[in-house]
Parts: sequence; structure tokens; C-alpha cells
Amino acid sequence: MIKRLSSVIFALFIAFACMSPAVFAEGEKDYSHLKGTTLNVYNWGEYISDGQDGTVNVNKAFEEKYGITINYTNYESNENMYNKLKSGGANYDVIIPSDYMIAKLVEEEMLAELNFENIPNYKYILDKYKGLYYDPEEKYTVAYTVGMVGLIYNTTMVDGTPDSWGALWDEKYAGNILMFNNPRDAFGIAQLYLGQSINTNDISQWDDAIELLKKQNPLVSSYVMDEVFNKMERGDAALAPYYAGDFLTMHDVNPDLAFVYPKEGVNFFVDAMCVPKNAENKEAAELYINFMCDEEIAVANANYICYASPHSLVLQSDDYDLKGDPILYPADEDMPKTEMFQNLDYETQQYMTTLWNELKIEGNTNLDVYIGLSLTLVLVVAYLIYKFIKEKKREAYY
Amino acid sequence: MTKKTSLGGKLYTALVFIFLYAPIAVLIVFSFNSGKSTSVFEGFSLYWYKELFNDAATLSAFKNSMIVAVVSSIISTVMGTAAATGIYNYKNKLVKTSIMTVTNIPMMNPEIVTGVSMMLLFVFIGAIFGKTGTLGFPTLIIAHVTFELPYVILNVLPKLRQTDPHLAEAAQDLGCTPLQAFFKVMLPAIMPGIISGLMMAFTLSVDDFIISYFVSGTTSQTLPIRIYSMTKRRVTPDMYALSTLIFLAILALLIVSNIISARGDKKLSRKGGSKK
Amino acid sequence: MNKKSSLMSRLAGAPYIVWAALFIIVPLCMVAYYAFTDNTGAFTIQNITGLAKYTDTFLLSIWLGLVATVVCLVIAYPLAYIMAQKGPEKQSTMTMLIMLPMWMNFLLRTYSWMTILEDTGLINTVITSLGFEPLQLINTRGAVVLGMVYNFLPYMILPIYTVMLKTDHSLVEAAQDLGGNKLDVFRNVTIPLSVPGIVSGFTMVFVPSVSTFYISQKLGGTGTILIGDIIETQFQTANNFNLGASLSFVLMILIFVCLAVMNRFSDDDGGVIL
Repeated sequence: MIKRLSSVIFALFIAFACMSPAVFAEGEKDYSHLKGTTLNVYNWGEYISDGQDGTVNVNKAFEEKYGITINYTNYESNENMYNKLKSGGANYDVIIPSDYMIAKLVEEEMLAELNFENIPNYKYILDKYKGLYYDPEEKYTVAYTVGMVGLIYNTTMVDGTPDSWGALWDEKYAGNILMFNNPRDAFGIAQLYLGQSINTNDISQWDDAIELLKKQNPLVSSYVMDEVFNKMERGDAALAPYYAGDFLTMHDVNPDLAFVYPKEGVNFFVDAMCVPKNAENKEAAELYINFMCDEEIAVANANYICYASPHSLVLQSDDYDLKGDPILYPADEDMPKTEMFQNLDYETQQYMTTLWNELKIEGNTNLDVYIGLSLTLVLVVAYLIYKFIKEKKREAYY
Repeated sequence: MTKKTSLGGKLYTALVFIFLYAPIAVLIVFSFNSGKSTSVFEGFSLYWYKELFNDAATLSAFKNSMIVAVVSSIISTVMGTAAATGIYNYKNKLVKTSIMTVTNIPMMNPEIVTGVSMMLLFVFIGAIFGKTGTLGFPTLIIAHVTFELPYVILNVLPKLRQTDPHLAEAAQDLGCTPLQAFFKVMLPAIMPGIISGLMMAFTLSVDDFIISYFVSGTTSQTLPIRIYSMTKRRVTPDMYALSTLIFLAILALLIVSNIISARGDKKLSRKGGSKK
Repeated sequence: MNKKSSLMSRLAGAPYIVWAALFIIVPLCMVAYYAFTDNTGAFTIQNITGLAKYTDTFLLSIWLGLVATVVCLVIAYPLAYIMAQKGPEKQSTMTMLIMLPMWMNFLLRTYSWMTILEDTGLINTVITSLGFEPLQLINTRGAVVLGMVYNFLPYMILPIYTVMLKTDHSLVEAAQDLGGNKLDVFRNVTIPLSVPGIVSGFTMVFVPSVSTFYISQKLGGTGTILIGDIIETQFQTANNFNLGASLSFVLMILIFVCLAVMNRFSDDDGGVIL
């Protein structure tokens, strides 16, 4: 209901804006020359209010307001996004990576410096989410969402509160555990459980972490990213580590689910909007970023995505459904220990990827495969020899 | 020469068809789901059919798929038909076999390797010119033409072999230029092969996911790629609605063509056609 | 044929030859190039030697592909035989029914198998409502093989059926006249005559099964990661084109070896009689 109300207010706002261009143009620059251009937005799946169930369709609203066509595509992980960008196969104008990935992109000089004159709404972003380690001089990013990783569990399958990451290694839940399908988050959990830093560059610590993950492998039913939604909502798994905001979405569908921040500590992350260096429509990209920070739009997105917002007006807004939600905005005394991902040095990254590949093919070894293949081989060879002999005999006969 | 199939045979056939159609039945049933889920049926509704036409991303992906399929199948049919006449006329055995071997590669090679190899080529060329954003409609169409070509050639070649080579010569003796002879005499003779090649190329293009997945860029997302990115999170029933519509359209098309060809057969036999 | 026209028809093949060279041969060279260089472009064989740790993955992919192909053959052969015995109208209806599913997007068809096989899916709902313990169906190798069989079964049925249809029926009758009983005729005439169909069906099922990544992603779990998954990861997320290219290179060679061995089977039996 509240969602619907806010969309009505929004519609009024748009109507008002369109009717009085003079009022509107006063404080803002003229962007009419961007009309008819295309903007390539590359975002996480279901990470924007898309108009379903009477919510605001943000992209459509932007298109209608500025006459810029949006070409909107999704990625499923930071690595997936980086890969598309790095391979040079595709150009994007707006991307929304997480902190450590931004650091990597900055280091590799793949981001464009933003012109903040086009993003006046930047002033609404809370100071504590500005100038973070990945962008200390506030040149490249505008924070979009913030959040923490926690443990989602199905109360009908799990006894008590699994307040330790150790639950993911509990043999009781063998075959009912889901795990992150991206190396950084998966290693992060193992490292937190081991009491290490999630940003260690010490190779031997990574070896310990992979040992732990390999031990977990036989208990895991599958490695997932967004597939987690369906599986948890349907009750196909008991435990899954995932982002706090997404838990709220799942909880709406399946009330048996519950959430906990494990006591060993959790990863805290910021996803921020950036513009890649090879963007073809940078000004429109900045316009889009500014639009995303508009109060109404930001509230609509925060309501839809359910992640915590870094936007000061959203936090005060009466239209915000999740205002003061204990999971998104824990009180100081409930706040878990947190650590942010930093960009690892190149060697460590390479080492991590190698270990991750090894983990994925763990469990491919099986005796039945060897036996089956050798038997096939024997049969094939035997047949070919038989054929050869038969042919020889036939030749002799003629 | 029709034998009665035994009861066991009938049962067996039925089982295989149940296996083939079970997931399609699931898909059609859930396209009428009133809820958002593709696994819990909450009630009958046509909501997702309506929703389908509001889903801008899906519709534009569908449009992209159609553009790529039409353009690539036409290019590959024209080039493939020309290639088949060329190959047919090559006298050198070595040249002929080596061309046919190369033609077979895209059919024998795993699709993932074809996709990867194309992507590497395009990215490499892009890197040489220092350009980014090389992947898009042109690369997608090039890739599709490449994997469609062998099927067109293999459909046209047998028809060429069946055609009497003296036909074209006769036409030329009667005053046609070689080009005229080709278009007036040979082309009609090999037309069935060309058409089945075109249809096959079109179908392959619409269906293709693996190769497109590696060579498509920012603005050239086709329907299968859109579906793939949805299966990463959740597939909404409007996708099922779209496939149900496609399914019904194809079914209707096949039934109509079956009836037409059945009628044709009957006419032929009534005429006392001794051909069959 | 006079010179002019033969020159023209030769020229007609030229665009295709250029195209094939550019977009079939050169890309394969690119795979080889990336397979034998590191990310700075220097020559190395480390990518290839490093593949030793993926041996088990290669073996698993080939094994599952082989199992799926054999299962397809076992299911498809009787069906093709039954089809070939029917009247022409029934035949065309059945062919149509077999081809129809291929028009539906295979991603969605595989996805809907998830609905059937899941822990809380259709089969398990039925099983538990009958009072039995639910079965672990999804995330197993069996589910992956099922997905392969389901997706590629038509590619096995159709070639075998086509070959059976073309079979000269007088051969079967002759064998019967010569006193062969039903089983003898089937074993000594029908099967050898259908070998070419089996071989092409084998190719059309085996190759996509071995190299799939979508089916194992959706229906498999841990322990069913196939070589296609690893290749896909290298190009889509891990950004290691060199490793991906070397895996593709080896996969391609392995498949060509398997197909060459397979072709040895068709040479005599089918070839001698036809």
C-alpha cells in the first residue's frame, strides 16, 4: 500500500515537473541536447525499482523525463562485470560495482572522473559514505546502497539460532547448504570463521581458507549467486550466506526464513555508481546518477531493493517502508563486527582465482568414472582388434 | 507396408512422448499462474500474458533476435547457395574435399569452442585498433552467418547433384547468358533445397544461445541471452507465456503445412500419379 | 559446359571461401594463439601443462556425455524402428511431434525440469504425499545426464529414423525368404543397415553433451562441474582468456579424437552392404 502511495506521489511530481518547464529549468542545467541519445546501464539483477506491482519504473521515468533511451542489462557478480569491461567487448555508461572492485578499477585507470556539477544531488549522500578508501578524493563514485553479509536460515530445518559461520560446516545440514559462487565472498566467510583478516596478502592464510572450503565442499548442495532466492524461498536449502537486503525480499515470500549476523564478524560493503572511462555518453550517465539520487527515486529504489540506503533524505522519508529496520540499520549495541573488502595485490588475486578453480572441480574425482571409462576403452579396442582380424581373414579367403 | 504396432510398442512410444513433453506441459501450466512463482501454482490467470507486453527488455530482446535471425539467414542463404554451386563445379578433388572439411568444422566443433574462438577474434581485432565495444550486432550477425552456412550448403548441394547438368547447357544453347541460365533453369530446380536451408538457418539462429552468449555486446541482447540472465535470478512466468505463444504458433504452422502436403499427396494420387 | 559459365560458377564460391578462411580458420588459430601465450603475449606452454589438474574434469565430462549418448541410443532406436513401420501420415505426425520441442528455448525447458526435480518439486511432492521419504533428484549426476538426454534425444531419433526409412525393404524380405527368423533378420540386416544413422546421431548427441555448461549449472550441484563450466567461467568471470583458450583447444582435440574412433565403427558393417 505504501509503495502504491509513493508511486502516486511520484506520478504527481512528474506531471508537475512536465507542466512547468520554466520552474524546473531554473536551478538545473539544460540537457535537451542529450535527447535521442542512448545510455547503457549495467547493473546487478533486480537492483532497481522496475515498475512491478505498482512500484515506480525508474528507467521509464528517466526516459520520459529526458528523452534518453536506456539500454539496461544485468550482471551477476563484480567479477562478471569486470570481465565484460576488461575484455573490451562492450561499452557501458553507468556501472554499479562494489567497493573492492571500484578500487581495482581505479587502480587500473578504468573509471572516468565524474563532473559533480551534473550531480547536485550528491549532497544528500551521508558523509560517512563519502571519500571511503576506494575513492578518498571523491572523484569517481556516488554510493548507491550499503549492506552487510549475514546468514539466512530456514527455521523449519535449523534448530536454534546459527550465530556462527560454523553452521555452514555442520554435517547435520549436509546437502542443504548453499554457498557463494564468487571467490571473494566465499573466501571471506572462511577467513572470518578462521579469525583471519579478509584482506590478508599472506599466501599461507589463503591455503588455510581453501582447506576449510574444500572441507565444506561435500556438504554444499550448490554454489549460487542470485539462484539463492528461488532455492531459499522454496525451502530447498536450510542455510545460505547472502546479503542482508536480499533476506528481506525472501522473507516476504517465505516467512519461515530468519537472518543472523554471525558473531565472528561480517563483511560490510558499499555499492556505488561509477562511469567507465570508455563511456560514450558520460554526461547522460551523470544525469542518470543524479536522477538516481533524487529523493523520490531513491526512496522507490530503497523500498524495492531492500538494501540499506546511504541517502540522507531516504532515511528520513515517511514513504520509506524499511525506516529503522533492525536488520538493515542495527542499533549500535547490536552492530556486528565488520570489515570491508580491500583490493588485494595482483599475486594474491591470481592465487585466489587458482584456488577457487581447484575448489570448483573438487569432487569430480570418482572411482566409477575411471572404471566406466576404462571399460569403454577396453570394449572399443577389443572391437577394433576383432574387426581387424576379421578383415585379415576375409582377405586371406579371397 | 504398415504393420500394426504391438501394445508394448504403443506404450513405449507414449512414454517417450511423455518424457519429451513433461517440461513443456509444466511450462504452459505455469504461464497461467496468478502468482510470481514458476514452481508453486497459485491460481489461473492471464496476468502474465498482459505483463509480457509491458516487459520492455523482453520485447526488445525478442526484436533483436528476430533482426539477427532474418538478416543472418538471408546472408547465409545467398552466400551458401553461391558457394554450393561453386563447390559443385570445382573439378579439383583436393580443393573440393578441403573446402568440405572446413565446412564441416562449425558443425562438428562444440558450440562453446566456436563461440569462444569468435569472441577471441573480435576482441583481438578490437585490441589491435585500440577500440573497445567491438561486440555488437555486426559481430553477432557474422557469428550467426558462420554457423548457418554449412547447413545451407548441405541442403543445396544434394539438389544440385540431382539436377541434370545438361539443363543449363541447353538453356545456353538456346541463347541464354550463363547468368540467365542459372536464374531461369538451375535456381528453380534447386529451390526446395534453398528454402529448407533458409528455414534451418532461421531456426538455428533464433534458437542459438551458446555462441551468441560469447559474441553479443551491450545493445544486442537476444532473447535466449535475456532468458539466461533471468534464470540466474528468477524466471518470471511472462517468459513462459512468451514460449507458450511461440509453441502454439509453431504448432499451428506445422499442422497447416501438414494438411496442405497431405492434400497435395492425395491430389497426386488421384491424378493417378505413378511417381510415388 | 562452356568456359564462361564454369568460371562464373567458380567465382560464386569465392565469397564463401574468403568467409570461411576469415571466420572459421582464423578464429581457431586465435584459440591456439591464446592457448600458447600468457597474458603479456609471450609464448608459453604452461597453460597446456597446467591443465593436468583438470584431467578429472575432462574425464567426468566425457563419461557423462558418453552415458547420455548411450541412453539416448537405447531410447531412440526402438522408437525410430516403430516409427519407420508406420504409415506415411502417422510418420509425418510423429516426426513433427519430435521436432516441436526443439523450437522451444532449451534454457526454459531445462529450467522447467528444475520445477519437476527439486526437493520440493513435482515428483517429490507426489512421493511425500504418498507417504514416502523425498528423493534427492536435483544436484546429482543423474539429473545432469537426464538433462542431456532430454535436450538431445531428438538428434538421435531423427537420423536413425531417416536411415531406416531409406533402407531397401527388399533386403529385409530377402533375408526372411532365406529363412532368417525375426531376431536374425533384425541383428544381421536391420542393425547393420542403420549404422550410419547411429553414427551421426552419436555425433550430434555426444558433442553438445560433453561441452555443455548450462545443463550442469541448472541441474547439477557440486561435483558435477563440467569442462564447459570451467571454460565459461574463464571467459565470463575469471577473465583468464589464456586458460580458457587452452581448455577449449584440448576439448576440441579430444572431441575430434572421439569422433575419429567412432567413425571407425561405421566403415565396414554399414559400408560393405550399402
